[in-house]
Amino acid sequence: MHFPFLSVIVFTPLVAALGILLYKPEQKKAIRITALSAAIFALALSVWVYFTYDKAVAGYQFVEKYNWMPMLGISLHFGVDGMSVPLVLLTGIVMVTGVMISWGIEDRPREFFAFLFILASGVFGVFASLDLFMLFFFYEIAVFPMYLLISIWGWIKTREYAAMKLTLYLFIGSVVSLIGALVIYWTSGQHTFDMLVLETVKFTPTFQKIWFLPVFLGFAVLGGIFPFHNWSPDGHVAAPTAVSMFHAGVLMKLGAFAALRVGIMLLPEGAKFWAPLIMGLALINIVYGAFIASVQSDFKYVIGFSSVSHMGLVMMGFATLKPEGLLGAGVQMFSHGVMTALFFATVGMVYDRAHTRQIPELGGLIKPLPLVAIGVIVGSLVSMGMPGFSGFVAEFPIFMGIWRTQWLVAVIAAISIIVTASYVLLVVRRVFFGKMPETLQGHITPINTLDKIALVLLMALMIGIGIFPALMVPWVQSGVQHILALLGGA
Amino acid sequence: MALINQFILQHLLTLILFFPILAAVVVLCLPKDNIKAIRWTTFSLSLVPLLLTIILWAQFKAGQAGYQFEEQYHWYAAIHSTLHLGVDGLSLTMVLLTTLLTPVALLASFNINDRVKVYMALFLFLETGMLGVFLALDLLIFFVFWEIGLVPMYFLINQWGSEKGEREIWKGVKVQARNYASLKFILFTMGGSLGLLLAIQMLGVLFQNYDLPVLVQKWNSLTTGSLLGLPVQTVKTVAFWAFVIAFAVKVPVWPFHTWLPDAHTEAPTAGSMILAGVLLKLGAYGFLRLVLPLYPAESAHYAGWLAFLAVMAIVFGAFSAYGQKDFKRLVAYSSVNHMGFVLLGIAAAAKAAGTLNANIALNGAVLQMFNHGLSAAGMFFLVGVIYERTHTRNLEDYGGLFPLVPIYGGILIFTSMASLGLPGLNGFISEFLVVRGAWPVLTLYTAIAMIGLLFTGAYILKGIKNVLHGPLNEHWVQGEHKLTEINTREIIVMAPLMTLILVIGIWPAWILDVINKAMGMLFH
Repeated sequence: MHFPFLSVIVFTPLVAALGILLYKPEQKKAIRITALSAAIFALALSVWVYFTYDKAVAGYQFVEKYNWMPMLGISLHFGVDGMSVPLVLLTGIVMVTGVMISWGIEDRPREFFAFLFILASGVFGVFASLDLFMLFFFYEIAVFPMYLLISIWGWIKTREYAAMKLTLYLFIGSVVSLIGALVIYWTSGQHTFDMLVLETVKFTPTFQKIWFLPVFLGFAVLGGIFPFHNWSPDGHVAAPTAVSMFHAGVLMKLGAFAALRVGIMLLPEGAKFWAPLIMGLALINIVYGAFIASVQSDFKYVIGFSSVSHMGLVMMGFATLKPEGLLGAGVQMFSHGVMTALFFATVGMVYDRAHTRQIPELGGLIKPLPLVAIGVIVGSLVSMGMPGFSGFVAEFPIFMGIWRTQWLVAVIAAISIIVTASYVLLVVRRVFFGKMPETLQGHITPINTLDKIALVLLMALMIGIGIFPALMVPWVQSGVQHILALLGGA
Repeated sequence: MALINQFILQHLLTLILFFPILAAVVVLCLPKDNIKAIRWTTFSLSLVPLLLTIILWAQFKAGQAGYQFEEQYHWYAAIHSTLHLGVDGLSLTMVLLTTLLTPVALLASFNINDRVKVYMALFLFLETGMLGVFLALDLLIFFVFWEIGLVPMYFLINQWGSEKGEREIWKGVKVQARNYASLKFILFTMGGSLGLLLAIQMLGVLFQNYDLPVLVQKWNSLTTGSLLGLPVQTVKTVAFWAFVIAFAVKVPVWPFHTWLPDAHTEAPTAGSMILAGVLLKLGAYGFLRLVLPLYPAESAHYAGWLAFLAVMAIVFGAFSAYGQKDFKRLVAYSSVNHMGFVLLGIAAAAKAAGTLNANIALNGAVLQMFNHGLSAAGMFFLVGVIYERTHTRNLEDYGGLFPLVPIYGGILIFTSMASLGLPGLNGFISEFLVVRGAWPVLTLYTAIAMIGLLFTGAYILKGIKNVLHGPLNEHWVQGEHKLTEINTREIIVMAPLMTLILVIGIWPAWILDVINKAMGMLFH
């Protein structure tokens, strides 16, 4: 029996959350230090899992299984493959950087960190679960604290509206998927929620075609797929900084990942049948998202809509059902996660100081906030798919996958590259260069050391993977092999 | 010692390619306030790639077919792309141009006082970007470096560009001219490259390989059948134009040239030097390295169109240059005019592939790339020298300055004459070769291009006349506006350029030999 890495990773945040709640509200320092240590502990374990994962063997590793409700065939079953192991790492990274950046929260930090950590547990749980029931269980755990985090700590103008909208969208989506999952459970005749068993069940093509769409789209709502995307920019904008980072950085991946795990991997025939539709929706995400982002005047909305566009690329990669496309989608989930975490962190830093996010009211911020500016520049280059950064490593194979499916889609999707380039460059210039408005003079205080560490860590990841794709690609590739096998070697 | 020598020789290209990044990191670690140390460190470190290139040139065997000093490393195994580097006579010439112009441009940047460290580091990153394009033998790596060079140039223009000037973009909405120019520069190039990107993806999907020699061979053997549900010929024609547009924007060829005058005018002096000296060559290099080998049939078929665009660039470039009041814009349009000859040579070679005429035209085109690199960099620097002293680029504000600055005047006339194509200087040799090679192939276009040459003479003389001759503008004679002579550092910047201009003009054999053999082997 080896050390139960995955259970420890999944439950560390939960235990930490309970521990934090035991402090008195005014012991802010102790609360923060506890939060940071727990986050670092979880990250350290996920780094260990990432680097000890055996790519040559591939398949599910670090597997643990405990009976939970044997009469229904539900067990606490954890394991990671090449697709999920980068996402576990991503969650660890976003958790640590999110805590670092929220260091200065003065309004009830105890409850804030506790909710944030419950959410983190849910996220880890979804990525590590090999049991369909448990996947839903953790999925809901991840979504629920979001409501509280946004409606209590969010941006006062829209927080109630956004929190309600987000929760309703996601709950409806997950209920639809849950129905699908239950149907899968009953139809399989195996009386188990074990996905490893369900993968091997040959459902009839008709069954798969009927149930694929609700299952996939139900989860894809959280991945921001068109036309169910519009909770996401509102949610991002209303959320406090660390929650936006979690939300765009990790939660949206949760939707995409679950759509892959349950939709495509359990119902491969359905995936093949509906792939053109998913591709069409994803194409709208990519192009429409980029155009909408380009006309926003609120810095945070720009990032929010750019996420819609970039998550479209993930869905697109899935929908190609080709090795390159799936590979790119896997890398894009990680790359986009790090990129948006960085973006929302920097937007938060700017807003905390300038008290406005309206782009025309900002300017010249590179002088007082050089590292923030560099962070946004690096993020922008990733987002426009500049070679040498992780975005290119992810997008290029996705496009190759599209070429192998339908070349016209690749040609149309390419428009988004130039639209993205134009708006990110304009935003960078308007916010960070030029003259600083008089109203901001003297109000811009430098960022602290923890902020700097967080920014540098996120930048280093994007540049590192961009220059050395081998730091991530082989992991994802080993996961893709398994998916292709389920798809019948397509 | 022997071991070190061996290591250097075996990794010569990697060293040349990545040394500038290493140097940039060193520079970024220097203390911010010691501007002098930053300048000298950057300059001396930039001499290392030049030195390595000279070793490379000496070790290079001109008569040997294929690529030399090849190196191949793992990069992106999942999609079969490797860091594959190698040189032939064509890339060698361009590498020499790049590693030569970078230290020259850095020396020319010693007057920059604002955020010197970042400026110098960006310049070194830019050098790696440009060298990567010339050294890459992997199509994906080619594209990586092709795009990545845009970023430092974008920031050089929009942060260190000229602070004056506004551009109206939309119903009275005005932006700073350098912001407008830099964004236009990057979006034109990226937009133009979208087709290239898509075509590269298609090739990669087709052959599961990005290695250039392999692709050339496989793609050319694919002649019949259907691809993506379309006839192969149609796909090839579309892909051909996708490649052509990407490179035509960069060269730039009429009508894709409009970003160039803006970018040049707003860029800092050294930025313009590199932009005209090397970046434009990337486009022409793309034609020679990728378009002609990958699409021989399409190139021959559409050679007339390319020649037409080239002649338009030559003629309109010359007319536009003549019409400018701004000295820097005049020089910028002269680049459009001169690069037109490169494309004319390429078009002729495409049409008459394999013949002696084609070979002559190609020799001319490549030599013209090198020559224009020298003379355009020189001209932009000289414009910068006078602008720094007078703070005006308006040709009407000068006048009769020769007696005030005789040395500067001499240098300006010398460099202008190289640009004009005076026999005995380098421009003459290359333009003559292009015209000689193209004449029997594309007679009409060549004839029109030669009339364009007449206007080249006209605008260059106009420039010289307005600055140096005519009635003296008393404004510059004394007082705070007194015009000072070109200083020693500035002369040192010009010295290597002028020397090479003269050497190639008198004895072109040393470089033509390398180019000629490479062209012979590439396009036999």
